[in-house]
Amino acid sequence: MGKTSRRQFFKLVGATGAALLTGCGAASASEVHQVNNETIGMLYDATRCVGCKACMAACKRVNSDSGSLSYEQAAFDSDGLWDAPNDLSGSTRTLIKLFKESDKKWSYVKYSCMHCQKPSCVSVCPVSAMTRDKVTGTVDYNKNTCIGCRYCQVACAFNIPKFQWEKAIPQIVKCDMCKSTNLAKKGITACAETCPVGAITFGKRKDLLAEAKKRLQENPSRYQQHIYGEHEVGGTNHLYLAAMEFNKLGLPALKSEAPAEFSEKIQHTIYKGFIAPVALYSTLCFIAVKNMKGNGDADKKGEGENHNEP
Amino acid sequence: MGKESLFPNVSRRDFIKTCITVSAMLGLPMSMVSKVAAAAQKSDNRPAVIWLHFQECTGCTESLIRSSHPTVGNLILDMISLDYHETLMAGSGHQAEKSLHDSMLANKGKYILVVEGAIPMKDNGIYCKVGGKTALDSLKKAADGAAAIIAIGTCASYGGIQSVGPNPTGAVGVRDIVKDKPIINIPGCPPNPYNFLSTVLHYVTFAKLPELDSLGRPKFAYGRKIHEHCERRAHFDAGRFAKSYSDSSHAEGYCLYKLGCKGPATYANCSVLKFNDGVAWPVGIGHPCIGCTEPDLLFKTAIADKVQIHEPTPFDSYAPVDLKDKGKGPHPLTTGVIGMAAGAAIGVGAMMAKKLPDGPDKGDDHGKNE
Amino acid sequence: MSHDEFQKHDAKILTPSFLVLLVLTLIGFALIGVRFVKGIGAVSNMSDGYPWGIWITYDVATGTAIACGGYAMAILIYIRNRMHYHPMIRSAILTSMFGYGLAGFSVMVDVGRPWNAYNFFIPSKWQANSAMFEVALCVMAYTTVLLLEFLPAVLTTLEKTEWQTLQHMMDRLHHYTGIKRPERMEERLESVKDLGAWLKPRLDKVLIFIIVLGITLPTMHQSSLGSLLLIASTKLHPLWHTGFLPLLFLINCMFIGYSIAILESIISCYAFKRPFETKELSGMARIIPWLTVIWLSVVVGDLAWRGQIGAALSFDFYSGFFLLEFCLVAGGSLLMFSGKKRESIRWLFVSAALIVLGGALYRFNVYLIGFNPGKGWHYFPALAEIMITVGIVAFEILGYQVIVKILPVLPKLHTRQQLDDAHGVAEKA
Repeated sequence: MGKTSRRQFFKLVGATGAALLTGCGAASASEVHQVNNETIGMLYDATRCVGCKACMAACKRVNSDSGSLSYEQAAFDSDGLWDAPNDLSGSTRTLIKLFKESDKKWSYVKYSCMHCQKPSCVSVCPVSAMTRDKVTGTVDYNKNTCIGCRYCQVACAFNIPKFQWEKAIPQIVKCDMCKSTNLAKKGITACAETCPVGAITFGKRKDLLAEAKKRLQENPSRYQQHIYGEHEVGGTNHLYLAAMEFNKLGLPALKSEAPAEFSEKIQHTIYKGFIAPVALYSTLCFIAVKNMKGNGDADKKGEGENHNEP
Repeated sequence: MGKESLFPNVSRRDFIKTCITVSAMLGLPMSMVSKVAAAAQKSDNRPAVIWLHFQECTGCTESLIRSSHPTVGNLILDMISLDYHETLMAGSGHQAEKSLHDSMLANKGKYILVVEGAIPMKDNGIYCKVGGKTALDSLKKAADGAAAIIAIGTCASYGGIQSVGPNPTGAVGVRDIVKDKPIINIPGCPPNPYNFLSTVLHYVTFAKLPELDSLGRPKFAYGRKIHEHCERRAHFDAGRFAKSYSDSSHAEGYCLYKLGCKGPATYANCSVLKFNDGVAWPVGIGHPCIGCTEPDLLFKTAIADKVQIHEPTPFDSYAPVDLKDKGKGPHPLTTGVIGMAAGAAIGVGAMMAKKLPDGPDKGDDHGKNE
Repeated sequence: MSHDEFQKHDAKILTPSFLVLLVLTLIGFALIGVRFVKGIGAVSNMSDGYPWGIWITYDVATGTAIACGGYAMAILIYIRNRMHYHPMIRSAILTSMFGYGLAGFSVMVDVGRPWNAYNFFIPSKWQANSAMFEVALCVMAYTTVLLLEFLPAVLTTLEKTEWQTLQHMMDRLHHYTGIKRPERMEERLESVKDLGAWLKPRLDKVLIFIIVLGITLPTMHQSSLGSLLLIASTKLHPLWHTGFLPLLFLINCMFIGYSIAILESIISCYAFKRPFETKELSGMARIIPWLTVIWLSVVVGDLAWRGQIGAALSFDFYSGFFLLEFCLVAGGSLLMFSGKKRESIRWLFVSAALIVLGGALYRFNVYLIGFNPGKGWHYFPALAEIMITVGIVAFEILGYQVIVKILPVLPKLHTRQQLDDAHGVAEKA
């Protein structure tokens, strides 16, 4: 009995191990995504931005009821006169930051959700609180489904979703392309609508890419010859043009494979159709019952038979 | 006088007398009298306007007669038929009261009632009486036949200075008394005359009233806060404030928020239109806005009291891309506790390991004596 | 499977260690109360860059591995058919039950919106791409399985009980407060006993299938605990981020499971003055090094294949922690390869401890230490955060201590001498 079960045991380990090992190899259709350029997004041109922050004010105004956005006071501001966030947060969905290399060389940069084509946050959310709309491509958040596990924060390569740590009833906060606010009422995001210099362009991804390429072509010395978001992490709907290197602006250099593709490939290989777990359970049942029956016989035969080598 | 006359019971003689007096009062040359008469005679698309004065300082009228486009002359001769106005009218006494009565009768349901000043309610309103009648009664009677009511000035709109606690006369604005007629409030102390004139012109031209906000004020004039279109806003955003009157920061023209400017809470257009035909306005000359168009601010708060900003906008500086320190790192107390706990655990483990037998336990003959 | 292999540990419940653990538990739970009233930020140092701190890293990821004693023992007994380890199964299951139950409790404390957890049971909300979805359902199922696996201990006691403790408590209650026993109390207690008696044979029949489920489920979710970090390819240091994470976590939980079973047995026998189970322990110690060798080989092979050996030997911050984890596991395994050391309780203790530490450090490295969300982010747990974890672990140990004294969990002692020893010392304890 001991010998057969050891053989079977190793077979088992081998089979499980092989299943897990081949996880790296096989790819299936659902993981490799197709880029959909009919989805909507925004193009931010840092060379046009004048740092007026009207977009930040418009965003807070429009979202004042959603996600209980509040204003962030600077430490020196005891009267609460200004909204002075340092970073995206549980109260701030979009932010203008300044990168200043010298008095002559600087650039503004606008942060907000990148609305990726293959979002990591959507892939990891266990309860579908983060979802990507098939038509608009907007990544939306539903606080009524969210359990607050913050896996989306771990997953996002851009560190966009923010959590309300200081609240007793917290939620995740991030840009939602004004899905239920300005976009629903006026068909355009509040920030794009307000921008007085046309630094933010709203439209379909294909149009935004065409416009971006046009600008790069017409004025090559003005820009870095790269549209950030065109291919990064499989493509995003929030695209950037800038005069300075993107990594200096806090936009990390990323590969064009979406992280979600990698993790989903492995997860699907192991669990596809739930075959492997069922097979494992069946095999183990078979072995265990066989052992049990064998032990039953041995008990009937006499004592002391089971004290073999370990 | 015939059907054309607005005043069927007034003799022509009396009428011309009136016109002469009016022209004289307005400073118009005598040659204008015929024009005045003609205008007064016009069969008339000019709406009748009745203007009542109650608890007021007459500042609103004073403000109105300093307008220049249109001038008051144009207004009362070409655009409206001002049938009763205690400051401007020539007549007085019984004669004036009679014209009031007659106008209200003749234009019943069609005239515009303008009210200047608050109305005392206490003790049946005896604290303000004109011509033997309480303000309360006069208002009710006049409102009865009015097509619409314009409450000019904060006193008529919301009660004004006499309504400040303890409000001994029980002064209130028109809206607290008249409930069944459209009321347009043109608050201010005094209001910019063009706010009033534009409202009237709007009515005359379109035969309807302009869009109002929740306090009954026309949105075209009271739709934005002073703070949102103030010439000193850049100083506010940059944190440059006047600290006291006549100091250097005040002389630089910095923002007056810290001196109690009510601009962030006041809906008005003073910063755009300015006063005295666009010459000056309070903030522009260095005095903080006192919120005179707001029922809860004017005279109810001290001039030096700061208001709360309800929708703060970004400060005039930028978060750097490279934030040096994010998240919370180690605290000395915590690391100390962990260090001690780890040390203790290792110590206890080592001691225990020493006590454990180095070979199999002697007493362990499990299974032998089953 | 004989139920007479187990016995109640005859000793006082209120011992000094009980009181110390109780204090720690109360402090921890009071801080949990603060967390719910004032928010997570008030008791922890987690931030948007480090949204997972020690609650997830220790209580969930490492704690469940440590609780894999039950899993490891079940494989050994029921699949490898080593029935002579069977006496150790109940205490392993009890530890696992506490470990997993409290891991689930920790999750409820850690997540921001626990009232929405019912969404895990609504099919339209299922998001099967997420490794966390699989972990959550699997851990919930496994905790249920552990409860069912432990039920025989409860049912056995129920079968034989005369309700002495309960009668005693009711008498004292009546004596001090005058509250009478509820009517028909005896009847109700009898019906509970009848229910137990009805349930026991039926449970016994299907228990093997529940036990096998208890082997399948951890295989799934322990590997998924590794899969959780697959998504963080831009944040987890290349020394640890690999497609092999699920496999590495699975093997890691197995060798931690066996090692923890050894440790737990030694500590328990030492504390309760019971004879050490050297034979069983040295048997388990033969398996462990093979598991660790496989694990270490995969780690090294994967690093070589991805060109990270240089990084491993660069002796920077990350390399340091990697080498520490490596050396702890390798060191412990080397000790266990020696037959002589396997026969020594002391060396079993030391080597098992090294392996558990190394294995646990691996999980800390993957979840926390090797996790770098970007420039400028720092994380170190707050004192309150640590005390909550300590409180939960203290509660676990406390619960174990109390239950082994109420229910038959520990292996039965056989010789007269052993019984005398245990009793004699127990009276002093």
